[in-house]
Amino acid sequence: MKITIRRSDLDRITEHARAESPDEACGLIAGRDDADGTRIIEKVYILTNTDHTNEHFTIDPREQLAAVKDMRANGLSPLGNWHSHPETPSRPSDEDKRLANDSRASYLILSLEKEDPVLNAFHIEGEPGDRTVRKEELIITEE
Amino acid sequence: MKITVAGETKEVADGLTVQGLIELENVETPQYVTVSVNEEFIDANSFETHILSEGDEVEFLYFMGGGATDRAKEEGNAVYE
Ligand SMILES: [Zn+2]
Repeated sequence: MKITIRRSDLDRITEHARAESPDEACGLIAGRDDADGTRIIEKVYILTNTDHTNEHFTIDPREQLAAVKDMRANGLSPLGNWHSHPETPSRPSDEDKRLANDSRASYLILSLEKEDPVLNAFHIEGEPGDRTVRKEELIITEE
Repeated sequence: MKITVAGETKEVADGLTVQGLIELENVETPQYVTVSVNEEFIDANSFETHILSEGDEVEFLYFMGGGATDRAKEEGNAVYE
């Protein structure tokens, strides 16, 4: 599956994730699925990691609720979430996989391990403990 | 009575509980779901006893979280591809 994100949104979450580092930063993504199956991220929400650590993230449920309502008001569909890995590569950890309960979601992971940030998108399917991770084709658009 | 579920108005039976609505809506993996009624979060222990009222606005939110920990790393042999 292809998924697109605007360069400006990527820059915004990178800036935020760097400011939060070494804590993990997180948020939600919303948009639409195009007729040809391409997933288009129209809006990126930067939300609070209530765990405030570099070991774990939990999206603040109150902010999640507000974001879901905002998506609905703007005719956007929830597409998944994003979080940062301040010190590790851009791929789901065991804990990320265990907690990835939505097989339709796209999970974006922004790694700040190297000087240049690395963003990847994943689909995570199957039962907890036996997840299949598939990397999606991420396209950064310049508009 | 009429309630709103995830932005959609629905007619449901009087006396419906949060648990009853979860079953009615076929909510997937309900163990990972947080429920809010009129923007108040309902404790999972109260799903069976919380009775919904006319005009209630209900939202189902999936827990979203993760962690940096790899089991391999915890055991002292981190392997990154
Ligand atoms: Zn992670």
